[in-house]
Amino acid sequence: MSGADKKKVVYNIRRFIPEEDPRPHWESYFIEVEKGMTVLDGLHQIKERTDPTLSWRFSCRMGVCGSCAMLINGRPQLACNTQILEVSESTIALAPLPNFDIVRDLVPDLTPLFEKHKAIRPFIVDEGSDKDLFGEHCQTPEDLLAYLQFSYCIKCGACMSACPTFATDPSYAGPQPLAQTHRYNEDTRDQGFGKRSLVAGEGHGAFHCHYAGECSNVCPKGVDPARAIQLLKRSLVLDYLNLRSPHRHAEIIGPDTNAKKLPNIPSAPAYTVK
Amino acid sequence: MRETRNWTWQIFTAVVILVFLSIHMIVMHLDDIVGWFNPNGGAALDWANVLERSKAIFFVVTYIVLLAATLYHALYGIRNILFELHPPAGVEKAITVVFWLAGLGLFAIGIYGAVALRLA
Repeated sequence: MSGADKKKVVYNIRRFIPEEDPRPHWESYFIEVEKGMTVLDGLHQIKERTDPTLSWRFSCRMGVCGSCAMLINGRPQLACNTQILEVSESTIALAPLPNFDIVRDLVPDLTPLFEKHKAIRPFIVDEGSDKDLFGEHCQTPEDLLAYLQFSYCIKCGACMSACPTFATDPSYAGPQPLAQTHRYNEDTRDQGFGKRSLVAGEGHGAFHCHYAGECSNVCPKGVDPARAIQLLKRSLVLDYLNLRSPHRHAEIIGPDTNAKKLPNIPSAPAYTVK
Repeated sequence: MRETRNWTWQIFTAVVILVFLSIHMIVMHLDDIVGWFNPNGGAALDWANVLERSKAIFFVVTYIVLLAATLYHALYGIRNILFELHPPAGVEKAITVVFWLAGLGLFAIGIYGAVALRLA
């Protein structure tokens, strides 16, 4: 691409180096932008050519890991998924995700997010027997659709940053953990509704959501946590009133004991873990 | 599951307010059109009409139920807003106790007024 196709864009970045700075401050950088460059590309250009001390998180650079979430012109977004020229042709303002403490520059301390996520047991809770663990849980396409959308969460933290309730109440569980609560509750392999309700259905849980909808507005993966939380509220209330439909557990089928191995198939190696 | 119970009551009282407040609004403001509840003529707040309604068991029950639902809905809503300011746990407990006492106190005064008028 020729030089004429490049534009000069200003990156205003909220910097904070804890060892040196008493408080965060803004610094400006000029970058040369070509069509197709993402905000993440711009940060790399600054680090390579201008200021190697600039810090931020990134990994996959393709919108699946959630590491590079930051405030881009006032909106929590993934830097790798955001084209510079689609945001602005003149000025890009970058800041770390709000509602979290800052570790350094654009790096937020996401510990509260991970602790709240861990508290809701984000895994399949199976109360079945040990024998069941070696079986296959059968799910229909309809079973999968009940939770698939909510399983797309990449834990980037954008929704937590956009949530006005979390902004004022650090004890609020937040859209990401509550959406994942609903994701696992709706999974037919799971039996953890009761245990998760102790977190989601209690103080500072799902009922502190005011349905502002900003979480769904900023989610880069289309998870729609606002909808998940409203569905979670409904299931909690119905459960309290004993009106919730019984949770249908996925049928578990074991290995086919009648199957005969073809003669030219070698045997599997012995188990190494008893 | 205490918060789930509280929220369930919040939904229930919202529906109660919708129904009973609508009745109250119709009685107070649509009498010219409906003409049901002011048999002595004149305005809804004329003493004769107020006394007539106060004697009717339907209105006594309606207003007591509306009072209970409104007190619960309002005080629980304000409590939630205050809790979102993240006060210490001791303050949260104090708010809950004060609101319960205020709510029960106001409810008692309201019932006294409703019953006293009926028996007057």
